[in-house]
Amino acid sequence: MHLSAQMSPRSVFVSQAGPVNYQTHPSQYKHWSLSFDGAVATLAANFDENAGLRPGYKLKLNSYDLGVDIELNDAINRIRFEHPEVRTIVLTSLKDKVFCSGANIFMLGVSSHGWKVNFCKFTNETRNSFEDSSKYSGLKFLAAVNGACAGGGYELALACDEILLIDDRSSAVSLPEVPLLGVLPGTGGLTRVTDKRKVRHDLADIFCTVTEGVRGKKAKEWRLVDDIVKPSEWSAKVKERALALAEKSDRPANGKGVELTALNRTVEDNALRYSNVTVEIDRAKRLATFTVKAPSGAQPTDIAGIEAAGASWYPLQLVRELEDAILSMRTNELDIGLWLIKTQGSAADVLAMDATLMANKDHWLVRETIGLLRRTFSRLDVSSRSLFALIEEGSCFAGTFLELALACDRSYHLALPDDGEIAPKITVSDTNFGLYPMVTEQSRLERRFYAEVPAMEAVRAKAGQALDADQAFELGLVTSNPDDIDWPDETRIAIEERVAMSPDALTGMEANLRFNGVENMFTRVFGRLTAWQNWIFQRPNAVGDKGALKVYGKGDKAAFDWNRV
Amino acid sequence: MSSINYSEKIPNNVNLSEDRTLQRALEGWQPNFIDWWDEIGPEGSTNSEVYLRTAVSVDPQGWAQFGHVKMRDYRWGIFLNPGESDRKIHFGDHKGETAWNDVPGEYRANLRRIIVTQGDTEPASVEQQRHLGLTAPSMYDLRNLYQINVEEGRHLWAMVYLLHKHFGRDGREEAEALLERRSGDADNPRILGAFNEATPDWLSFFMFTYFTDRDGKFQLCALAESAFDPLARTTKFMLTEEAHHMFVGESGVSRVIQRTCQVMNELKTDDPAKLRAAGVIDLPTIQRYLNFHFSVTIDLFGADESSNAATFYSSGLKGRYEEGKRMDDHQLRGQTYTVLENKGGQLVEKQVPMLNALNEVLRDDYIKDSIAGVERWNKVIDKNGIPFRLKTPHKAFHRNIGSLAGLKVSPEGKVVTDSEWNFMKDQWLATDEDRAYVAGLMGRVVDAGKFANWIAPPVMGINRQPVDFDYVRFN
Repeated sequence: MHLSAQMSPRSVFVSQAGPVNYQTHPSQYKHWSLSFDGAVATLAANFDENAGLRPGYKLKLNSYDLGVDIELNDAINRIRFEHPEVRTIVLTSLKDKVFCSGANIFMLGVSSHGWKVNFCKFTNETRNSFEDSSKYSGLKFLAAVNGACAGGGYELALACDEILLIDDRSSAVSLPEVPLLGVLPGTGGLTRVTDKRKVRHDLADIFCTVTEGVRGKKAKEWRLVDDIVKPSEWSAKVKERALALAEKSDRPANGKGVELTALNRTVEDNALRYSNVTVEIDRAKRLATFTVKAPSGAQPTDIAGIEAAGASWYPLQLVRELEDAILSMRTNELDIGLWLIKTQGSAADVLAMDATLMANKDHWLVRETIGLLRRTFSRLDVSSRSLFALIEEGSCFAGTFLELALACDRSYHLALPDDGEIAPKITVSDTNFGLYPMVTEQSRLERRFYAEVPAMEAVRAKAGQALDADQAFELGLVTSNPDDIDWPDETRIAIEERVAMSPDALTGMEANLRFNGVENMFTRVFGRLTAWQNWIFQRPNAVGDKGALKVYGKGDKAAFDWNRV
Repeated sequence: MSSINYSEKIPNNVNLSEDRTLQRALEGWQPNFIDWWDEIGPEGSTNSEVYLRTAVSVDPQGWAQFGHVKMRDYRWGIFLNPGESDRKIHFGDHKGETAWNDVPGEYRANLRRIIVTQGDTEPASVEQQRHLGLTAPSMYDLRNLYQINVEEGRHLWAMVYLLHKHFGRDGREEAEALLERRSGDADNPRILGAFNEATPDWLSFFMFTYFTDRDGKFQLCALAESAFDPLARTTKFMLTEEAHHMFVGESGVSRVIQRTCQVMNELKTDDPAKLRAAGVIDLPTIQRYLNFHFSVTIDLFGADESSNAATFYSSGLKGRYEEGKRMDDHQLRGQTYTVLENKGGQLVEKQVPMLNALNEVLRDDYIKDSIAGVERWNKVIDKNGIPFRLKTPHKAFHRNIGSLAGLKVSPEGKVVTDSEWNFMKDQWLATDEDRAYVAGLMGRVVDAGKFANWIAPPVMGINRQPVDFDYVRFN
C-alpha cells in the first residue's frame, strides 16, 4: 500500500495530480449541502463517491478524503463570516442509514505516510475549530447522527457541542479502528471519548474494540451520545436542540455578513504571492521565506468602516492569505523543511491595526477575524517545519505581527549598534497577552516564560515600547541578537545546520518544545495520539504485506507479529 | 571603530584593515591575549630583546624576517597560504566539489571542535614551557625556546582567526576560552592530556618538541587537506614554522647525545653512575625519556577505532597525511586497515574498516617519520664509536588511549604481567630519580657562546649568525 516506499511523497500525491488547493466555494461543493434557516445552518453530508481528490478510491458510504474536509472547512468559515445570524450548525447526512463512515480506508491505503499525517493534521484542526468557535465566538455545533457513524464520522460528532443519535435499532456510533484496521482513530477520538465525553475507561475499552460500536440506550448511558431519538421524533428534536444551543450564543441576528471573496493569489513554481503575504521557495536550500506585509494607507478604525471594507479589511485579508499559504506549503512542499518568517512595513501601522482590533474585539466580525488569526497562528504551532523568525531592517514585528516571531522555534534579531534609527525593533502590545492563546489557552509569551511572574512583568513593563535587538534579547524575547557584522554568517550557519538534521527528529523535538508546559485535550490530540498513531501507521502490523490496513476489504485476515513493544 | 593600525601592528594577508568582522573580534581578543602572555607566557622574559624570526608575509623573503624584539611586542600575524583558484575537494563524500570558503552549517560543530582542539594545544605548550627560560643551557637555546613560544602564540592566532572569521559570536567565545584554560590546572585544564603534563627540564623540552610537535605536524598536514579551504591554507602556513620546532627538538637531543658520547669516550666508560658524576645524561636515561614522550605523544592521535575519525574524513573536514599523493579512491568505503588488539594476553592483528581506523593510519605515518629522526641520533652515537642504539618503543607500550590503553607491554612489544611490568618499568620509563638528576643539571647559562656541561654547542648559529651571537639581550 505504501507507494511512497518507491517514490518520493511529492511524486505520488502532489505532482501527479497537481498541488492541493485549499480554496473553494459552495458553488463548487461536491460533498456537502449547505442550507440556512434563521439561526440554524445545516451542513449535510452527501459525499460524491466518484469525486475523490486523488484517483484510486471511491468515497462510498460518506467516507471522506482531504477534498471533503477542505469543503467542510470552507463551509464553516463562510458561516462564521457570511452568516453572522447563524448560531448553531447542524451536521447531518443526506444518505440513507449512513451519517459518516470516517476517513476512506482505500484512500489511506494508497497514500504515503506523509500524506496521511498531513491529512489527519488538517482534519484535526477543522474539528478543533468547532470547539474553538463554540468557546470563543458563540457558534454552536450539533451532530445529528441519523445513520451509521463510524471512526472519523464519530470523531466529527465528538467535536460538536452535542450529539443526537437516531434510535432506529441499527444506527450505532463506533470507533472500529483498532479491531478492524489495526490502527488508532486519527482525529482525537480516543482523547475526546475520555477527556470531553468522560466515558468510563473500561467502557471506552469495550467501545473501542467492538467493530459494531454501540447504539441506542447503551450509547446514551455510556455517554457516547447526549440523547437518542426515535425516527418519528427526529426532525423536531434536532430542531429543538439546535435552537436550544442557539440560545447560548450571542451571534447577532442582524449582523452584516462579509462575503469571503476569492483570494488574490498567484501560484508560481517557486513562489506563492498574495496581497499581503509572499512565500518564496529556495528548493536547493530546502527553505521557504514567508514575508508578511503590514497594512499601508488609511485603515478603518470603526465598525462601519470595517464592514464597508468587508473581505478586503486588512486583518481579514491577511489572515486568510496566511492560512492559505501555511496550508499550501504544508501539503504541497513536503521537503521544504525550514520556514523563515519575515515582516515588512511600519510597526506603527500594525499597532494601529491592533488598537482597532482591541477596541472592537467584542463585535462579531472583529471577533471572528481575531478567531481566524488565533487558529492560523495555532496552525504554525503544529506545522512540522522548523520556524525561524528573521527580524531585519524594514521589519515590523509588533503586536499581532510579533506573535509570528513568538510562534517560531528561534528568532534572530539584527542589532545595529551604530545606527539606532534604522535598527529593527520589536514591540509587545496588548494583543500578545492573551488575544491569541495557543490551544493550551496560554499566550505565547506565557509559553515562552512558563508564565513566570518576573519575566512576564518585565515584558509587560516594556509593552508599547520599540525594543532593539539588545533590549529584546535582554528580556528574553528573541533567541539571538547578532549585529550586522555577525548577521550573515550567524543566520546562514544556523539555517544550514538546521536543514541538515533529520526531519523526523526535528518534527518530534519541535513539537515537544513548542508545547512545553500545559497539557490539555488539544495537546493530547496532537501530541499523544498522533505520536502513537504515526508509530502504528508505520508498523508492519498495520502496513506490512499482511498488515490490517493493507488487507482490509480484500477478504484476507491480518497476520500480526504478536510481540508487544 | 578602531584606533589600531592593523596592517602595521598585525602583519596579515587576510585584508584585516577592511574586515570589520575580524577587527571587532580582535579588538576584544588581542588585549586579552597580551594579558595572557604577561601572566603565563615565558617567565622572566619581559625586558629581554630576543633575536626572533617574524613572518610579515608568506613569500620567501617575508616569512622569516630576523631582528631583536621584546616578545610582548612581537608582531603576531595572520597568514594563509595563497589559495588555489577553484580548488576541488579531493577526498570523502564531497570529492570533486569545489572547496568551501565558508563553514557549511551542517559541519559547524565538528569543524569548530577540530579548530578548538588544535588551537588549545598552542597556548598550552607555551604554558608548559614557561619556566624553562630560567634554566636555559645557553643563550642560543634560550632564543630557540622563545622563538617556539612566540610561534606557538602565532599558531594560536591562526586558529583564533578561523574562529573569529567563520564562527560568529560562538567563535569569539571559543577564542576567549582558549586564553582561559590553563595547562595542568585540574579545575580548568587544557583539552588534551599530554598538554597538561609538565615540561620540567630541557631534555623533556627537546623530547617534546621532537615528538609532540611532530604530532602537531601530522595533525596540521591532515587539516591542510581539508575541504574547508581557510583551514587548509592556514595550516599549510603553520607547517613552515612547525619545522623549526622539530629542528630544535631533534638537534637538541642530538647535542645532548653528542656531549654524552664525548664524555663516555673521554672517561672510557658507559657506567651511568660515572657519567652522572661527570655531569652528563647517560644514554639509558635518554632512552627512558624517549619511551615516555613517544608513548604519550602517540596517544594524541586518538582511539584506534573511531567514529569521529570516519565522520571527519567522509565529510571532508580532515584528510590523511599526504592525501594527494595516495593512490586510492580517497573515499575508503569497504577498505580495511590493520590495528592491534589484546586477545587473551597476546597482541593480535585485527582488520577494521579503514574509515574508522584513520587515527591509526595517521599514527602509523607519524611513527615512521619519528623513527627516521631517531636513526639520525643513532648516527651521532655511531660516529663516536659507541655500541648503543636508541629505539622507539613498540606502539602498544605505555598507552592510555584506545583499545591498547592500560595494557602492560614491554618496549619490544611483548605483553607482560603486572609483576613483570612493576619489576621492569624503572628501566623503561624515566623514574623520579632520573628526573631529579636531570633537573639537578639544569642551571642557567646565558653568556653568549657559553654552554651548559651536559649539552654540546650547535654546529652553526641562527640565520647564519655565529654561535656566540647575542641572541638575547637582557635589559
